[in-house]
Amino acid sequence: MSSGETPDNFHYRWNHVRKILERPGPFCHPNEDRSVNVLQFIMNTCKILVIGAGGLGCELLKDLALMGFRSIDVIDMDTIELSNLNRQFLFRRKDIGSSKAEVAAKFLNSRIPGCVVTPHCCKIQDYDESFYRQFHLVICGLDSIVARRWINSMLVSMQTYDDDGELEESSIIPMIDGGTEGFKGNARVIIPGISACIECTLDLFPPQVTYPLCTIANTPRLPEHCIEYVKVLLWQKENPWNVPIDGDDPSHVTWIYEKALDRASQFNIQGVTYRLVQGVVKNIIPAVASTNAVISAACSTEAFKLATRCFLPLDNYMVFNDVDGIYTYTYEAERKEDCLVCGQVQRTLTIKRSGMKLEELIALLCEDAELQMKNPGLTALIDDKSRTLYMPRGTIEEQTRANLKMTLEELGLRDGTQLVVADATSPSTAVLTLKFVPPIDVEMQ
Amino acid sequence: MASPAPKSPEQSEKSKKYDRQLRLWGDDGQVALEQAKVCLINATSTGTEILKSLILPGVGAFTIVDGKKITEEDIGCNFFLDADSCGQSRAQVATQLLLELNPDVRGDYVDENAEVLLENNPDFFNSFTVVIGTSVPERLLILLSKKLWNLDIPFVSCQSYGFVGYIRLQFTEHTVVETHPDNEIPDLRLDAPFPELKQHMDTVDLESMELKDHAHVPYVIVLYKYLEKWRQANDGRLPQTYKEKESLRELIRSGILTDEEGIPQAEENFEEAIKAVNYAVIPTVVPPEVRKILDADCCVNLTSESKPFWIMAKALRDFVEGEDQGRLPVRGSIPDMTADTHRYISLQQMYHSQASKDAEVVFKHVQQLLHQLNQPPDTISEKDVRLFCKHAVNLHVVRGTSLADECVAANRENIALALENPESTMIFYIMLRGVDRFFAEYNTYPGEFDNQVEPDIAKLKACISKLLVEWGCGPFPKDDYVHEICRYGAAELHSVAAFVGGCAAQETIKLITHQYKPLNNTFIYDGITSNTATYVF
Repeated sequence: MSSGETPDNFHYRWNHVRKILERPGPFCHPNEDRSVNVLQFIMNTCKILVIGAGGLGCELLKDLALMGFRSIDVIDMDTIELSNLNRQFLFRRKDIGSSKAEVAAKFLNSRIPGCVVTPHCCKIQDYDESFYRQFHLVICGLDSIVARRWINSMLVSMQTYDDDGELEESSIIPMIDGGTEGFKGNARVIIPGISACIECTLDLFPPQVTYPLCTIANTPRLPEHCIEYVKVLLWQKENPWNVPIDGDDPSHVTWIYEKALDRASQFNIQGVTYRLVQGVVKNIIPAVASTNAVISAACSTEAFKLATRCFLPLDNYMVFNDVDGIYTYTYEAERKEDCLVCGQVQRTLTIKRSGMKLEELIALLCEDAELQMKNPGLTALIDDKSRTLYMPRGTIEEQTRANLKMTLEELGLRDGTQLVVADATSPSTAVLTLKFVPPIDVEMQ
Repeated sequence: MASPAPKSPEQSEKSKKYDRQLRLWGDDGQVALEQAKVCLINATSTGTEILKSLILPGVGAFTIVDGKKITEEDIGCNFFLDADSCGQSRAQVATQLLLELNPDVRGDYVDENAEVLLENNPDFFNSFTVVIGTSVPERLLILLSKKLWNLDIPFVSCQSYGFVGYIRLQFTEHTVVETHPDNEIPDLRLDAPFPELKQHMDTVDLESMELKDHAHVPYVIVLYKYLEKWRQANDGRLPQTYKEKESLRELIRSGILTDEEGIPQAEENFEEAIKAVNYAVIPTVVPPEVRKILDADCCVNLTSESKPFWIMAKALRDFVEGEDQGRLPVRGSIPDMTADTHRYISLQQMYHSQASKDAEVVFKHVQQLLHQLNQPPDTISEKDVRLFCKHAVNLHVVRGTSLADECVAANRENIALALENPESTMIFYIMLRGVDRFFAEYNTYPGEFDNQVEPDIAKLKACISKLLVEWGCGPFPKDDYVHEICRYGAAELHSVAAFVGGCAAQETIKLITHQYKPLNNTFIYDGITSNTATYVF
């Protein structure tokens, strides 16, 4: 097929989309340009990347293809499981075990003539800037916060500025992000460098439910406490198969179930069920076809607006919940001036007491709701020299492990020291400036 | 190497496949869904998207009624019509492709216009659980609405029109026991503890405890103790104002043990008690919405036709009036709180066993009522009653209105009020009604053909003006919207159809499972600004 012309032998197929794109309207994007053939652009030029071929991804691929987009890449490293089939509608029982990206692409390409979906069965981290540079638009249908943060950071880092320090419009790749959990979801539009990015609003993600170790070990009250006890403490101790827990292995789940049941009956706790055990062990998030359909549709509509300029895009965040009627709320999430990823102002990290150990600093980076690092590696600029404080992997981990127990002062860190942080949540490093607040004697009268 | 594998508690293939949704609506919800039969009128893109989100989770059966032949435009926006199907029956092809989604689901089709079908076979719709119509013209809509209203079958009417979406639910009455509220206030009865609870809490002596015990008394007991103290000093009242609640918090704070230097110890249970003052120190009463249900005529005056929900409601009413002096049965669950295992579990069991006792009393009333009504005793099980009692405080009843009535005379106050704000999403409701009127008059949609857009703008404007006069509303302020709607020319955009389809499917599941609160009753989606609104007609 030649790419210049519409290889469609159906002349009327896109009539619905044409009405929107070819007729003028009073609410169009103010910068809309009708001199170019917008339909030709989305069909033949515009390249879209869909990240995730799961609940949202399957829907996104279908929605985009039926809005006229024909060059779509999709990345997903996962394979198809039985529990996907209640919503991931491009997959059948026979596909279990196959690559999600490949099966989804094949299905789309055969159902919709002219549409070319290219699958990538890998992690997003396997590609670098040169891969991501080719797309006009990135849409995420992910369940992983780390992956979202990584691609967000990647797209922000790809922006370029001209000699006057102005953001170059051609370097901007908009990102549309969808997320669902049960009957709740959200869709948002991120224009890197212009609107709030994932990192600006990190505190929107609910903290993961965790149970204090002492509760699990000593004073269990809930069935979840009993399950966590087996998962966290007993498995290590007894390790029945000498392997880490595999939530997909029924014999593992059954073992945990039986042991949790024992512990529960010992403490007179009701409610340990197999389903609950699975949920806790695998950290299962409930999911239903309808919410994924709604959120993907909202994301695809925004993709269509961004690519065709038929209307102004969503500015910039929509929340959806259909537990009680159908509720949505649309608002403008705000940029954070000192955002670690897209901010213009360097972020300071306030150290409120003296004698803080390096490992405590690392814990602080992980626990802070606005930072939520995963396994940061730290380097400091001391007297213009870069000094590695700690790296979480490899032989260098052993060499730097001793630093964990040292205080920041002992390591030579001072007020104003720049800390360079590398973490799984971003392809590039972030710089934080340390600010020591001298401990104040709290003397109340 | 491997320890003897314990036998696996058998999980069926089905429960594995549906695992992620069973965590939402449970096995009972799934059974209801699998027994349901839905009918779709018109296999538009919106229509097949709705069915998709019903078939995937495992609805029992579906039937598509559609007399149209597939056009190229249909293929362009509908995923369940394939490229070579042009000219074939839309009902047939959509049925075949949708059936591929889930082998558990049965599906069939009628290749006939719904209006003709309704005329030739008036009983056709009688056996469905829910009927869904998409892009149904007003004349047929009125016929269907009346028919289904009389049959007491819920009707979901939907449309995707350009960037605008519309969903309307019609049912005579809808009852929900499990509403699954996002935030639930615990039912602790601290103002009026039942005898066993009072006795249990009275035996706890905080003053004589060492720190380790003192810090592991569940906050419910801590709160009760200090509340009692507060009430003794305040003529037995409950604290109501902010100031009074603050003084109770202060009182609780004063009970935190201190070390030798007088510095308060970290006692999380006391902190939890202080936090709970706001929501846990409230009079235990029947909430107004539940009171309305208990006082409803169909609750007070049961008949042999009464449905289980209303029989249980009457039994609940008898319980509230009789045994428990104006209070609902105890819910029987308490939130997690800092405590040692033994104290927490004892307290939990206290609430739980009272809940069982209360439910037993209600169940006895139910049995008596069934007997009086000449209904079989197994109509309502003890399990049903337990569930009903557990959720008594959140019972939900909506009485619907007829779509046919709305077409004849819409709720004009509603419209007039919304029109005061020229940006109101209500404008799209008026526009869609205008489009219906236009279709009734000209048998085409405004702007359907490229060369008719301009003349249609004037015609549509006239239709809308007439409607507004009929409704007694002022003239329509903005021509922009009329222009915009003519631009759409009945275009069905897939991403709009998918949004409407997903929403409508979930509303249908709510109607089928009687779980979660359905929309009441009209939903408008404005894809231009990504806003939505809900109106009652």
